[in-house]
Amino acid sequence: MLTAVAGYINFWLIAILLLVGVYGIIATENLLKKLMALNVISVAIILFYLNLGQKAGSTVPILLPGAEVGVVNAYANPLPHTLMLTAIVVGVATTGVGLAMLYKIYHRYGSLEEPDVLKEMRQ
Amino acid sequence: MIVDFFLTNRPLWAVLISLVAAGLILLSDRRPNLRETITMLAAVGKFVIVLTMLPDVLAGQVVESAPLKLAPGISLHLRADALGLLFALLSSGLWVVTSVYSIGYMRSMKYGHETGYYASFAVCLSAAVGIALAANLLTFFVFYEILTIATYPLVVHARTPEAVSGGRKYLVYTLTAGQLLLIAVVWAQVVAPGAEFRPGGFLAGRITPPALDIMFILFILGLGVKAAIMPLHDWLPTAMVAPTPVSALLHAVAVVKAGAFGFLRITGYVFGPELLKETNLGSLLAWIAALTIIVASLRALAEDNLKRRLAYSTVGQLSYVVLGAALITPMSLVGGMFHIVAHAFMKITLFFCAGAIYVTTHKENVSEMDGIGRQMPLTMGAFTLGSLGIVGMPFVVGFVSKWNLGLGALQAGHPIFVAVLVASALLSTGYFFPIVYKAYFGQTRETYSRHEAKPSLLYPLVLTALVSLVLGIMPNFGLSFYQLAKMAAKSIIASGMVLAGGGQ
Amino acid sequence: MTAHLPALIVISPLAIALLLPVLVRLSAELVRVVAITSALISFTSSIGALKYALAKGNWHYFFGGWPAPWGIEYVIDPLAGGMAVLVSFFSLLVIIYAGPYLVNKPAREKGYFYTLYLLLTAGLLGIVVTGDVFNLYVFLEISSLAAYALIASGGHRATVAAFRYLLIGTAAASFYLLGIGYLYAITGSLNMADLSELLPPLMDSRAVVIAVALIVIGLGIKMALFPLHGWLPDAYSYAPAPVIGFIAAVMAKVSAYALYRVLYFVLKATGPVSLALDVMGWMAAAGILFGSIMAILQRDFWRMLAYSSVAQMCYIALGISLANTMGLFGALLHILNHAVTKGCLFLVAGSVNWQTGVREIHRFVKMSRRMPLTMGAFIIAALSMIGLPPTAGFFSKWYLVLGAIQSGAWAFVIVLALSSLLTAVYFFRIIEHAYFKEPLKGKDGQRHATEPAKEGWELYPTMLVPILILGIGILALGILSEQVITHLLQFALPWRAF
Repeated sequence: MLTAVAGYINFWLIAILLLVGVYGIIATENLLKKLMALNVISVAIILFYLNLGQKAGSTVPILLPGAEVGVVNAYANPLPHTLMLTAIVVGVATTGVGLAMLYKIYHRYGSLEEPDVLKEMRQ
Repeated sequence: MIVDFFLTNRPLWAVLISLVAAGLILLSDRRPNLRETITMLAAVGKFVIVLTMLPDVLAGQVVESAPLKLAPGISLHLRADALGLLFALLSSGLWVVTSVYSIGYMRSMKYGHETGYYASFAVCLSAAVGIALAANLLTFFVFYEILTIATYPLVVHARTPEAVSGGRKYLVYTLTAGQLLLIAVVWAQVVAPGAEFRPGGFLAGRITPPALDIMFILFILGLGVKAAIMPLHDWLPTAMVAPTPVSALLHAVAVVKAGAFGFLRITGYVFGPELLKETNLGSLLAWIAALTIIVASLRALAEDNLKRRLAYSTVGQLSYVVLGAALITPMSLVGGMFHIVAHAFMKITLFFCAGAIYVTTHKENVSEMDGIGRQMPLTMGAFTLGSLGIVGMPFVVGFVSKWNLGLGALQAGHPIFVAVLVASALLSTGYFFPIVYKAYFGQTRETYSRHEAKPSLLYPLVLTALVSLVLGIMPNFGLSFYQLAKMAAKSIIASGMVLAGGGQ
Repeated sequence: MTAHLPALIVISPLAIALLLPVLVRLSAELVRVVAITSALISFTSSIGALKYALAKGNWHYFFGGWPAPWGIEYVIDPLAGGMAVLVSFFSLLVIIYAGPYLVNKPAREKGYFYTLYLLLTAGLLGIVVTGDVFNLYVFLEISSLAAYALIASGGHRATVAAFRYLLIGTAAASFYLLGIGYLYAITGSLNMADLSELLPPLMDSRAVVIAVALIVIGLGIKMALFPLHGWLPDAYSYAPAPVIGFIAAVMAKVSAYALYRVLYFVLKATGPVSLALDVMGWMAAAGILFGSIMAILQRDFWRMLAYSSVAQMCYIALGISLANTMGLFGALLHILNHAVTKGCLFLVAGSVNWQTGVREIHRFVKMSRRMPLTMGAFIIAALSMIGLPPTAGFFSKWYLVLGAIQSGAWAFVIVLALSSLLTAVYFFRIIEHAYFKEPLKGKDGQRHATEPAKEGWELYPTMLVPILILGIGILALGILSEQVITHLLQFALPWRAF
């Protein structure tokens, strides 16, 4: 039990972070906070991927002059990093679109509290 | 080559011609003469196409159109066998008569939106002939559902709140039944891929009780609504809000007979005599039919509205066909099949009369009909003839089918059903004679001059009345309906024997 | 040029979309022409690619020349090709339809509309043709972002709906991303074909269980599988008509396609997937009933259609969950049939609203007189939704019932039958209003039926023709459904059908 937790401590922390994000989306009523919670989720997933690419004692995957060619374990796996670059871009774009909408919503409804907005919207 | 293509695919053309006509009618919106011409042309054309298949079928051949594949193993497939041709001939033939009547009736009523009426009518007839000529269950179901939908605009044609709610009731009954039938059809397809109708049935040996029982009950429920067996009949009297030609052709011939015809197909060509006898399912259906016959006749006694009384009479009479299908002996099958024809001519006459009376005098209740026979002697003469036929008097067509049905009941070893037939005859005397009596001998304060309905209403009803008389004396006259019924019954029973002998 | 057809399917709308905001400064008319051309290029390339795939087998296109599994691979098999044709066809059809709708908008807005629209198209097509699970995620987000923005353009209510959709949709995409993360963690690959070879020995691993759960939830939300459908009714009922015509027709279906692709082609429907399929089946059955009942309760035509979509998407999920040939035929055929049918219905809804300002069902009185052709198409579509022959909807239902009986799932058979009846209830209500009801007179003698917002008998041809094409298409698909199955769908199954 303890080893299961200790051996994967980083993954457990990521899981907690993810759940914090999910909780935030469900529990908060403020739309802006929901958007922030969404970002927490995406950060958790980014960390998850980055953890997959890490190896104990590895270095950046750049072939420096004089380094040995083909020693795979000396380098971190670069693929998850590049994937997450894309994911970050997606996340930024999502946040941007979300913020633009929130701006519009706030202008029209004068509030970002979901119950207020929905109440007025359904009228 | 082209001639061959045309000849072999005659069943397909017979279905398509009125569909095309429906399209053309919709296009000829607001030009009454054009759309009525199209209707007449399509009606006559359809009848002729169906008629050309008669010699082939009487010679023992089947006319089969190339199957249109719908899915691996199943196809939209039309085939004219004896039973199918009987129904196709009947409905397309009566469409011609009804079209004449329709034109007269609709012009008198001045609804002002007849385009949809004529188009739906044409689609209904396509569907009816499609049902008649369907060679497998899927094809049957497709046309059955098209018929359901195409009838709906006709039921609500008057667009009064009453008509709309009648239409709603009609849809609730028929669509529910359609879904149950769909399950049964798909199930049959799973059990016996292809689900091709075969005289003597194709299910024997492929499915065993209790699954068999459930499937049969699904079929009963699915077809029973259109065939108006009790307690699934309630939509039919309500649907009488439709214009009279609709009640005449669809609610006495095409639509309800599609259900009754379906029973013949199911018992004779899907389950088969052997299977039904083994499992006693046939008797179950026979008892339902007998119950319907009695209760509907009793119910008809209490109706004052003429069309509704006719509707209850129809409910009872349809179950004759179902009874014939359920007993599934040679005579009962002939009786049931021929009753499709017999009842069609008699009931269409009666409805035509009701419509003619309504258009001419605006009376629709039995209690107002005192002395109407003196005003419209020909119409009431036809009405009397039709009633006598329904009662089962010899020399009118109804007698032929009842006689056969009675013999069939004895063949099946259920003399009790003979008693049912007799009781029903007495009851129908009870609900028809007061009308006839009132019409001729009823006392009224008003004095009537002789004033018949206009010719386009009168001629069709006189014609159908005469045909009921002629067919009562010579059942094979003209279109050989009796011969067709005998051929179909023979094929079902004969192959049943073969099946039994082969031990399948 | 033809060697790069698979790329062109996606690149054409993507590149043009980026060009449009600049072009719009020159001429708004030009923008429309260019946008339509780009949709047309996509459409023809899709057809070309599909033809190739049917004639010569799957087309593997390596992006930038990097072979799989290192590079990103586009795979045009009959399934992907068929979906691409469907999506690009709708894109083309609805972009034409959108013309009159935008006519009074300022040029800049037109430019944005077409840009976003093409981005959405590119995203959906990308999901369809890609052979890489991560690339699929990226396209999923491209299409979703464009969809959020397009929906939000429908006014302030739509903005709220779109924002809520954004929250749920992004969370869904995150679940999917996490799910493929697990698959990547145990296999080290993201290529679908590669994964399907590496995964079988690992199917019992707990990572795969988690991955399946996350992917099903993620894509389930995107395809609005009950009870994950929460975003759909608002988003569908407030979005602008041309947008919703396209989104309702194909967007959820593309997610359903993605789910089908991952569950059957990548995970081979083994191990934990069969459990997931069972759960999906029951969710779908519940969703069919829920969606139909909710649709009956609606008074707004658009919202009714939206709930009807919830139910109909569940038909597809039900077919996928049956996991036999007939069930999958039903699901795939329903993707096609429902796209055409619901696309037609939403275009009708949009046109009716555009022409007369009517949205509520009780105000449809006498609509058949004012827009006879449009309402004719509506009737065909309604019959197809109910599943009556000979329309397309009947045949997908036929296969679904067949599949359900074959697997002995009688509960699903009953649900399917019941759902047809419920669907009939809410569609015939409109037919009754549009055809058979006389307008009610108000207290002041004024007609309740609204006066037309615009004069004229029918729609502009550019709006009417797409509707009629879809209406006729529904009938044609019904009659030709066997052709579709033998020539296309039987090659789109994970196993050999016959």
